[in-house]
Amino acid sequence: MSIHRLLARMVLAVCLALGATLANAQAQTNAPEALLKRLVEAGQAEKTDLLKALSETGDERARGWLEAVRDGKLAMIEDTGALVIVVNNRGRNWQIADALTGEDLGEMSRRDLQSLRVNNALRADIEGILSVIDLTVADPGQRLDAARNLLGEVNEALATQLQARLQVEDNGQVRDMLTNALAIYQVEQGDVEAVATLSGSLNPTVRAALNNAVNSDDPALAAAAEKALASIEQKLKLNRAAETLYFGLSLGSVLVLAAIGLAITFGVMGVINMAHGELIMLGAYTTWGMQQLFPGQPGLALILSIPAGFLVAALAGIAIERSVIQYLKGRPLETLLATFGISLILQQLVRTVISPLNRTVVTPEWMSGSIMVNEALSLTLNRLYVIGFALVVFAGLMLIMRKTRLGLEVRAVTQNRAMARSMGIKATKVDIMTFALGSGVAGLAGVALSQITNVGPNLGQNYIIDSFMVVVFGGVGNLWGTLIAGLSLGTINQLLEPWAGAVLAKIMVLVLIILFIQKRPRGLFPQKGRAAEG
Amino acid sequence: MATSQTWLLRPFQERSTQLFLGVLFAALVLVTFLHLFMPEDSALHVSAYTVTLLGKYLCYALLAVAVDLVWGYLGILSLGHGAFFALGGYAMGMYLMRQIGDRGVYGDPVLPDFMVFLNWQELPWYWQGFDMAWFAFIMVLLAPGLLALVFGFLAFRSRVTGVYLSIITQALTFALMLAFFRNEMGFGGNNGLTDFKDILGFDLRSDATRLGLFLATGIALAVGYVVCRAIVTSKLGRVSVACRDAEARTRFLGYRVERVQLFVFVVSAMLAGVAGALYVPQVGIINPSEFSPLFSIEIVVWVALGGRATLYGAVIGALLVNYAKTVFTGIMPDAWLFALGALFVLVTVFLPKGIAGLLQKRRQKDDDQPGAQEATA
Repeated sequence: MSIHRLLARMVLAVCLALGATLANAQAQTNAPEALLKRLVEAGQAEKTDLLKALSETGDERARGWLEAVRDGKLAMIEDTGALVIVVNNRGRNWQIADALTGEDLGEMSRRDLQSLRVNNALRADIEGILSVIDLTVADPGQRLDAARNLLGEVNEALATQLQARLQVEDNGQVRDMLTNALAIYQVEQGDVEAVATLSGSLNPTVRAALNNAVNSDDPALAAAAEKALASIEQKLKLNRAAETLYFGLSLGSVLVLAAIGLAITFGVMGVINMAHGELIMLGAYTTWGMQQLFPGQPGLALILSIPAGFLVAALAGIAIERSVIQYLKGRPLETLLATFGISLILQQLVRTVISPLNRTVVTPEWMSGSIMVNEALSLTLNRLYVIGFALVVFAGLMLIMRKTRLGLEVRAVTQNRAMARSMGIKATKVDIMTFALGSGVAGLAGVALSQITNVGPNLGQNYIIDSFMVVVFGGVGNLWGTLIAGLSLGTINQLLEPWAGAVLAKIMVLVLIILFIQKRPRGLFPQKGRAAEG
Repeated sequence: MATSQTWLLRPFQERSTQLFLGVLFAALVLVTFLHLFMPEDSALHVSAYTVTLLGKYLCYALLAVAVDLVWGYLGILSLGHGAFFALGGYAMGMYLMRQIGDRGVYGDPVLPDFMVFLNWQELPWYWQGFDMAWFAFIMVLLAPGLLALVFGFLAFRSRVTGVYLSIITQALTFALMLAFFRNEMGFGGNNGLTDFKDILGFDLRSDATRLGLFLATGIALAVGYVVCRAIVTSKLGRVSVACRDAEARTRFLGYRVERVQLFVFVVSAMLAGVAGALYVPQVGIINPSEFSPLFSIEIVVWVALGGRATLYGAVIGALLVNYAKTVFTGIMPDAWLFALGALFVLVTVFLPKGIAGLLQKRRQKDDDQPGAQEATA
């Protein structure tokens, strides 16, 4: 206690000394310290002006003081008159810090402290002053946020300040935002010309201001506002369409990822692998396992799971091919049944060994969040990554099938097995490699899916029917067909969703595909020539 | 008239059909006797619970026969027969719902409970008429039959066969499952239809009604079996086997393949519907899970285990697998999916002709007639 007193006295002494030396100079009354002092003694009316003066000193501590005043945390030690900021005001003893130096002054009984009183009017004023302070910071992002906060909050005093600020602001986005903030104020004042400034904006506050203006008594203003609103509505519609397209592409790329492995095993090899969904699930669980191996580093784990997921699923695929599928060559319906059995076993295995419940896979920081294109449209990052990943995987597969020895052999074996073998191609080896490739890609799909959906034993089941639909819709044996079919099915689904609901949209897409297959049994891009069977 | 009679009566002259019907009726009589005349504490007494369980198995057996008809004799692997089964079941369920009348929880004389719960004011048009038994029983045949007719007409006309057909039948039942899960469909959403009270005036909870339903199912299975046998032994049946083995060749010989396929497919769907209709009053509930692709594909494995293209094999398979399911899920529920999965793999790899194939092989060995081999693809 006595130490605090002592410290407080010392501070007081310093302050007094400072005050004494500076008392004579005229400029000194506007020094931040002096202003702060006057603030404590000033009446409510005077406070706003003092705070404003404080902010105009350009002192970098001004922000902290203003916030402290707003939160009622600026206080004076009764004995000494020294100003302190209350760091923690819980309990009997409050923790305080020197208002000028920020030095920790320990704790002091709250009875010895006199807090600065603030009312709501003052608080609102402080908010305005704070926004103006934020408009001067170096980081354009912060300036933009501050300007956005000003939308609809501008009053007469602020308007003149904003106009001054506009002259010096060099960032285009911030300028636009400030102009909008000003224009809202002007529209509120009945300025018809300012409406034109607002007509391009997508901000909800702007729309609210315009909606108010539509109901105004001035017919010219109302008409102008109505027109501006209509053009905004038009723009919003476009943005909504863009958003739907984005969701559609994102769903579509998920479908492509899930189906592209199947396009290899089913489309190219002609093997019906009903366990494909479970290979996807294995990939997703690999991601989860990797994150358990590297706790606290979800990003690293995710990147490592890309090769790991591929390997795990590819090995599982080889095991399935060797143990079952090779014995069922040329009996597609039996293959379907046997692989379905395998899918049941794999599902139950995961349920028994890991858990029947969903596992959480952490999304690394660089994948969460979203990119804001404009006020009405923001793109979530993880979906953007999945779209990119799907395209990369697709391009990679395309390269393998077109440009490598393996791809050449695969195509040879599918077109004419006997001929390929007589040319010295080991057909059995090619079978294994192809199946491993298709399965590995399923694993990659699982890694991607773990970022956007729940990882559980039923993960694969949810995608297997969709995947088959995509492959059949696109045309069996055609990778491009799979890509286009996946993306278009995803988009159609998203287009239908707003007015049909998620479930009905899905049903409609299924029925659509069923009908489509009746019309074109070989899909969008049927194989032609010798590759086509039958 | 005379030709149709011989057509329907021909199966009765076959030894296999006689044997099958004999065993079936013996089993029905035995169960009835053991249930009615054995004292309750006797080890041989068959409880009402067991009777209902057996009745359920017989429904599955009829469903398996229906699947075997299209898969075994037409070469179409339908992964959506659960949809026809469930549609028949829903038709019956709607009748049973209407029979509840004002005995429901909310006591509404017309509307079923779930509709009152959803605040519906009147019965949707497709529920009209289901208070009459004859109408409902016709719908049991018509609903799955019509779906099969439309679906089959579109599919067979454009020559969708093989794996493609399997996949779109699966998509069909999946789409129906999603649809029936919706409350707006007016079929009780994911709770389905349940809380049935009585059928044709008989209390569903009484032992006598249960025995009656069991016997009715047995008779339905016998009739279904004979109808299928009659179809496959007729000229149409032989054309259908020809479609299975060489579709293009049959077409070039001048047969309208798609008509044969459509006819057999629709008959099979109706049989599945009947199986579903008998299943619902015995189990006491019908919900969208009957539409799930897993159930449909399970039916196929019953047939595969029993042996394709034998009909009686399908019955054996259905009974065995479902008995195993009851036992497994009772003792260790986790192991059932392992067992089922293994069954899929083992049967397709090691037992392509199923149990019936094993029986035939043994008989051939006994008879020592290597020449009489049956070609099953």
